[in-house]
Amino acid sequence: MTPFASVLGPRGWAAFLGIGLVLLVGVPILNLLPASSPFHIPNYLVPLLGKYACYAILALAMDLVWGYAGILSLGHGAFFALGGYCMGMYLMRQIGTRGVYGHPVLPDFMVFLNWKELPWYWHGFDWFIFAAFMALAVPALLAFVFGWFAFRSRVTGVYLSIITQALTFALLLAFFRNDMGFGGNNGLTDFKDILGFEMQAPATRRGLYVASILALGLSFLACRVIVTSRLGKVLLAVRDAESRVRFLGYSVTNAKLFAFTVSAILAGLAGALYVPQVGIINPSEFSPANSIEIAIWVAVGGRGTLVGAILGAGLVNWFKTWLTGAAPEIWLFFLGALFILVTLAMPAGVIGLAKQLRRKRPPAAAGAPAE
Amino acid sequence: MPIRLLKLLAIVALLLLPLTAGAQELKDLIAGLGEPDPKTAIEALATNDDPKAKAALQALAAGTLFRRLSDSAVIIGEKDGEMVVVTNAASGEIEDMAKPEELELIEADAAVKALLESAGATAEKADDTPLDFAGAVKALNADSFAQKGKAIERLSALADGRAIRVLEALAEGRLFIRRSDGATVIGDRSGNDVRLTLATTLEAAGIVAPSAVEPVVINNNLRNSIRELVGRLGLLSPDSAQRRRAADALIGAANSQSAGLLREAHGKEREPSIKAVMGLALAAADLVEGDKAQRLAAVEILKGFTDLRVRSLLQNRSAAESDPEVRAAITTAFNAVQHKLMLIGWAANIFQGISLGSVLLLAAIGLAITFGVMGVINMAHGEMIMLGAYSAFVVQEVFRAFLPPALIDLYLIVAIPVGFLVAGAFGIALERGVIRFLYGRPLETLLATWGISLILQQMVRSIFGSPNREVANPSWMTGGFDVVGGFSVTWNRLYIIIFCFAVLGVIALILQRTAFGLHMRAVTQNRDMASAMGIPTARIDALTFGLGSGIAGMAGVALSQIGNVSPNLGTFYIVDSFMVVVFGGVGNLLGTLVGAMTLGIVNKFLEPFAGAVLGKIAVLVFIILFIQKRPRGLFALRGRAAEG
Amino acid sequence: MNVTSLALKQPVPEVTRAPSRALATSADTLLYLDGVTVSFDGFKALNNLSLVIDRGELRTIIGPNGAGKTTMMDVITGKTKPDTGTVVFGANVDLTKLDETAIANLGIGRKFQKPTVFENLTVFENLELALKGERGMWKTLRALLNGEQRGRIAEVLKTIGLSERPAETAGALSHGQKQWLEIGMLLIQDQQLLLLDEPVAGMTDHETKQTAELILTLAGSRTVVVVEHDMEFVRSLGARVTVLHEGSVLAEGSIDHVQSHPRVIEVYLGR
Repeated sequence: MTPFASVLGPRGWAAFLGIGLVLLVGVPILNLLPASSPFHIPNYLVPLLGKYACYAILALAMDLVWGYAGILSLGHGAFFALGGYCMGMYLMRQIGTRGVYGHPVLPDFMVFLNWKELPWYWHGFDWFIFAAFMALAVPALLAFVFGWFAFRSRVTGVYLSIITQALTFALLLAFFRNDMGFGGNNGLTDFKDILGFEMQAPATRRGLYVASILALGLSFLACRVIVTSRLGKVLLAVRDAESRVRFLGYSVTNAKLFAFTVSAILAGLAGALYVPQVGIINPSEFSPANSIEIAIWVAVGGRGTLVGAILGAGLVNWFKTWLTGAAPEIWLFFLGALFILVTLAMPAGVIGLAKQLRRKRPPAAAGAPAE
Repeated sequence: MPIRLLKLLAIVALLLLPLTAGAQELKDLIAGLGEPDPKTAIEALATNDDPKAKAALQALAAGTLFRRLSDSAVIIGEKDGEMVVVTNAASGEIEDMAKPEELELIEADAAVKALLESAGATAEKADDTPLDFAGAVKALNADSFAQKGKAIERLSALADGRAIRVLEALAEGRLFIRRSDGATVIGDRSGNDVRLTLATTLEAAGIVAPSAVEPVVINNNLRNSIRELVGRLGLLSPDSAQRRRAADALIGAANSQSAGLLREAHGKEREPSIKAVMGLALAAADLVEGDKAQRLAAVEILKGFTDLRVRSLLQNRSAAESDPEVRAAITTAFNAVQHKLMLIGWAANIFQGISLGSVLLLAAIGLAITFGVMGVINMAHGEMIMLGAYSAFVVQEVFRAFLPPALIDLYLIVAIPVGFLVAGAFGIALERGVIRFLYGRPLETLLATWGISLILQQMVRSIFGSPNREVANPSWMTGGFDVVGGFSVTWNRLYIIIFCFAVLGVIALILQRTAFGLHMRAVTQNRDMASAMGIPTARIDALTFGLGSGIAGMAGVALSQIGNVSPNLGTFYIVDSFMVVVFGGVGNLLGTLVGAMTLGIVNKFLEPFAGAVLGKIAVLVFIILFIQKRPRGLFALRGRAAEG
Repeated sequence: MNVTSLALKQPVPEVTRAPSRALATSADTLLYLDGVTVSFDGFKALNNLSLVIDRGELRTIIGPNGAGKTTMMDVITGKTKPDTGTVVFGANVDLTKLDETAIANLGIGRKFQKPTVFENLTVFENLELALKGERGMWKTLRALLNGEQRGRIAEVLKTIGLSERPAETAGALSHGQKQWLEIGMLLIQDQQLLLLDEPVAGMTDHETKQTAELILTLAGSRTVVVVEHDMEFVRSLGARVTVLHEGSVLAEGSIDHVQSHPRVIEVYLGR
């Protein structure tokens, strides 16, 4: 494997550690400042930033399969949601008898549905470790099985995109059903605490935020290790000329399957961290629209660059938060326009634009259009 | 005991949670009727103006007030055959059917009865004042089934010809109370709307949304007695349609009184088709009431019919019949009818499958052209359908606003080309404005067209608002007909099937027989060569895309006739459309046809076993697996042409 | 035979039935096709094609468009499965049962008609991916270049004349340079059997000459099959020539022999 230190260049490591430290330590400290201080970060902002960190992990996952291996998955929202549901199940179990019905064993929605006992697949989710493991294992297993069938049969391009969309659509319909035992339409919510800490407490939120940033940093490094390895080059080669890779003796199926499964694990991780910070998980997370939106984060940032994926997720979501607050009816117009603009005018995203500008600056071609 | 009490408290608390204080009080009082000493509750209820209070007291007096054993709720129970219809005394809503053993009667002792008497509630407080037609109709909306039964009898006793229509509507669940003014109305479905007729005068009363009316609820006992009454009223009517309906209503519902009348009418009847229905009704009556020879003859007649009522009649009689010979005949007849009904069930499933398949096909034909022929993956395809549906809505509104009402039925004919042109124009604009820059980059095309779909949805939402828009069926698309007993076909479904095949045929002709189709195929196969031969490739691209989008628009017009028109209409069809095209094989209209019909029929056959949602999931999973086996669909191209 | 580096854990199928009597095979036979037929929607791209290539042989294959040259390569490399017929590599490996990856790992390399290099990777990375070695996924994830391998890449870079431009993305190369890079990838893959589909298409005369020299140096140590239209080039290789027509062999022999063959003249010049 590439020696760990050379996963990033010296300047890369400096930037990574610098920005990481600011996010990891700076934000919680600023949050702890008294509210009167001009540098104070208000309480509501901490989980919001944590949420963006989860989106950034999700974007990394998408970039790994789309930006590098060329697989445009329109079902990554499903892996995210599955991770989220696993964590949600743990959080439901932590409610215990504090639900509206106060049932000693069953969550509220099961009491409401007149269920008599806990379904078998809910067992074990009392333990955080088990739930955390399942949050990664369930998406991984689904991705592995689905990918094994799809890649082995050489389903590629838009066909693959369409069947991944069908996958998440089927899961959406399934999770809407009350009989599934995941709370149907309402999903899982009304969580009380996590690992014994009260969910609403600012300290818990800071903790979740720190966990999300740490996970983002580790995910970034993991992706970096993959893309700088020879396997990373194989993935790029698969993206450019899939059949040529086979004639070189590499198994395209295995390479894609690896990327897809790792990506699903990252998506599951993001979902598991996301749910405690927003306090709810419901079937709408499976909607095809959500999955496609992930692609646009990556495209805005610049696909095929990990930093771009993180940047895109942050930018688009920050803008979404702002715009849906300021003028909600405009948001969809804007998002739609963003899809068109990015694909037509800036295929390399913000990062590509920045590179282009830097290259253009010496000959003083300021004001020239991007393309 | 304390746990039970806690549970009870919890349930009571829950029930009370969303209620206002006044209603809460009423609930407490009604619950109080079930207590050992109900006196205070009775007194308080007697002064309460709420009709529910009165109904509860009357039920107590009549001996129809029960305590449900499962949750101790106080309910009003009315016998309906073996079962009891449970009405929640506190909410006045019908909740459930229950077995008699699940309920415990709340008995009123002498003291309580006296108290009830003084409170003005008596068991049978029959109101026998003679009523006119309008008054009798109004009386149908009574609180209890017993009262409704009385009102029905009184209405039929008026011997007013108009009563038949009202009673038929009541039996078929088409009698409503208009929420705005409490008027009793007959409602007929018209697309997504309800066409109203005032029941008291039988005058037309406009078209409203279904939410504006509330049905008058009856039970099976009442339904049977209405059918019997309607039958008697209509059997000797000079109007042949009425006689037919009357005879039909009497199938399985005749008693000895109506059987005599039926026999008389059967003898007089000249029209063979009506005579046959009367014969069936008579046979059904004879099977119950006749002597052995009559019963055997009746079985012979009944055997030939495939009516669900005949089946249940035979089923009931096979148990009740005492004569072994007749019973054997009944059982044989029942099996024969059962077998025929099963075949009819299959036929009905296939028809429904074809109907669903034609909807899928309509939605997918346009996609088969843009995706299949041009290789452009258009995620905004669903929005082209949606634009077509809104075109139909706008045309309808224009007709309503500017043209005489007599022409309203023609709006749909006008809407089809309008839908084609609107969606086609959007399609051409889309191709010229965005897609042409993305040829050869399918994944980018996918994302860009998704963006367009978001914009179009939001645009329509801004113009027309988010709620569903109502598009009514023209009168010639309303209703349906029976093919055989137990299998009926609605006109709108049938027209959509025909329309869908017509569209498919026209497209096939355009592709195979016109210069445009030839150019289109040439550009698809070898763009450079086509260009070198002087074919204007850019124009062909735009027109092809316009054609595909225009067909989607026409599909939207058709879909507005069977479903809601809303800004996210397209999202319901986009995944299905892609499934059809991918399943059938890209670039192949025949594949699209077979794909759509297969998926439609499979879906309909799965539904009875798995339910609609699970059936759909199963189909999706099936396609996901199918694509693994045949990545290029059922009718795939092979060789060099498939490499592109 | 380098079977250990199989990336896919796929057993190597053996041919149990005896070689067809119609074909003269010997211990020197590296590849033989027997009665291979491939049809697409009724059109027979290969029609009962039989062919024997000896170990270390240099063979040129010519034929008009649609003769089935590329389909033949597709069949050998596992891209297309024949409807009927046998394709045997080495002593007894049945190629029709294997996929492209497994066949590549058996030691068969291919250069495509249209040069296909990984345009977004650098010249150096293209060669690194082609470098002979383990192809397993975990091995690939951990793979690092050692000095010997770097030396080998530098050597091939020199052979294909791209020593000055290892860091350039392959997409930026000229058409001829891409052809050379692809040949370089074949060289560094160190395969026993090289299938070259029109290797000099789009090359200058000078480049064509160099390519011919390169191929001639390879012959002997490797087995090389060249499909080409350029008769000058075919003549310069001076190898045995097989003429394909409508999916089967029309003539075989020296260049002079086939050029004077009446059927070949008829096919090429038209009736």
